Amino acid sequence: MQNFIDAYSAINLRYLFEGLWITTEVSVVSIFFSFIIGTLMGVARYVNIKYFSAIIGFIIDLIRNLPLLLILFFTYFALPNIGVRLAVIPASIVAMTVFESAMLAEIIRSGINAVPVGQMEAARSNGLTYVQAMTVVILPQAFKAMIPALVSQFISLVKDTSLATIILLPELTYHAQIIYGQNVNYTIPMFVALAVLYFVFNYALSLISRVIDRRMSRTRA
Amino acid sequence: MFTILFDHASELFSGLGYTLGASFIALIGSLVLGTLFALMEIGQHKWVRVIGRAYVEVVRNIPLLVITMGFYVIVPMFIVQVDGFTAGTIGLTIYTSAFIAETIRSGIQSVSSGQMEGARSVGLTYYQAMFHIIFPQAIKIVIPPLGNQFINLVKNSSILAFVAGFDLMYQGKIIANSTFNTFDTYLAVGLLYLIVTMPLSYLMRFLEKKWKTA
Repeated sequence: MQNFIDAYSAINLRYLFEGLWITTEVSVVSIFFSFIIGTLMGVARYVNIKYFSAIIGFIIDLIRNLPLLLILFFTYFALPNIGVRLAVIPASIVAMTVFESAMLAEIIRSGINAVPVGQMEAARSNGLTYVQAMTVVILPQAFKAMIPALVSQFISLVKDTSLATIILLPELTYHAQIIYGQNVNYTIPMFVALAVLYFVFNYALSLISRVIDRRMSRTRA
Repeated sequence: MFTILFDHASELFSGLGYTLGASFIALIGSLVLGTLFALMEIGQHKWVRVIGRAYVEVVRNIPLLVITMGFYVIVPMFIVQVDGFTAGTIGLTIYTSAFIAETIRSGIQSVSSGQMEGARSVGLTYYQAMFHIIFPQAIKIVIPPLGNQFINLVKNSSILAFVAGFDLMYQGKIIANSTFNTFDTYLAVGLLYLIVTMPLSYLMRFLEKKWKTA
C-alpha cells in the first residue's frame, strides 16, 4: 500500500499527466490529418476513376495490412537511410497519419456507400455538379452515420500511440516506464495508473460518441 | 531489399514462424475466452452480464502494449519467470478476446430472437438452443469479422518485438541493427507481413460479399 502512496506523489502524477498530454496531442494532430487524407482517399476509391481508384485502393490495402509498429520503425529508422530525418514527435505523427488515413479511408468509403444512391441522383437532377453533390449532400450524411466508427478509430489511435514508446516518444506509457525504471516498487502502481488513465480517457470518448449518435439518430428520425 | 531477404532468409522466416505461431495460439485462446465472455454478456443473470461487459470494456480500452508489458514485467515479480514469447502471446490473447467477444455477441444477437423462442418452445433448453440453433446461424455472420481479427492478430503480434519474442518484427530489428541497412530490412519485413495478411484480407472481403448475398 505504501508503494502506491509513494508512487502517486505529486511529481510522478504530474509527469504521467504530461505524458497523457503528449499522447493526446499526437493523437489529435494525427487524427486531424488522417481525416483529411482519409476522406480524399476514401472518395477517390469510391468514385471509380479507372486505374486511379484501383491504385489508391491498393495503397490503402497495403497500409492497412501492415503492422503500425513497422510503419513507425520505417518512418523513424528507415527513412534516415534515404536522407529523410524526422524528429521523434513528427515521425510519430507521420507514421500514425499514414496508418490512420488508410483506416479512415475504408470507414469513409463504406460510409459513402451507405448513403442511398437516390441522394446523389436527386442532387444531380437538381442541377448540382458531382463535386457539389458530394461535398454538400453525400459527405455530410455519410459523416453523420460514421461517427461511432470514427470515434472507435480515434480510440484505437490513442491506444496505438503507446507503440511510439519504442522510438522514445515521451507519451504516457513511456513516462510510466521511466518512473518504474527508477524504482522497482513503483511497477505495479504505474501499470495500474496506465490502465486507469487509458481506460478513463477512452471510455469517456466512447460514451460521448454514444450520446452524439443517439442525438443524431433522433434528429434523423 | 532482396539481398537482405536472401542473406537473412533463415532469421526472417523463423521470425515469420514465431509471428504465425503466436497469432494461431492467440487466436485459439481468444476464441475460447471471447466466446465465454460473449455468452456471459448475453447471459441470463444480471451479474454475469455485468462481469462480461466490464471485462470487454476494460480490455478494449487499454493498449495492447500496456497489457503485454504488464504481464511481462509484473508476473515474474511474484509468480514465475515468463519468456517474451509467452508473455506476448498471453497479452495478445487477452487483448483480442475482448474484440472477439464483441464480434461473437453481435453475431449471436443478429440471429433473430424468434429462433431462440422457437427452439425453446419445442422443448430445447437454453444451452441446447444456443448450441444447436443459434451458433450454427451466427457462425456465417461471424466468420469474416473473425478473419479480420486474425489479420489484426498477425499485425499486432509485432508487439512481441517489445518483449524479445523472436517474431518477425524482432528479427527485423536485429538485422537492421547489424547491417545498418534499415531501409531494405524493414521493406523486406513489410513484404513478409503482406504475404500473410493481404491474401487473407481479400479472402475475407470475398466471403463477406458472397455470404451477404446468399
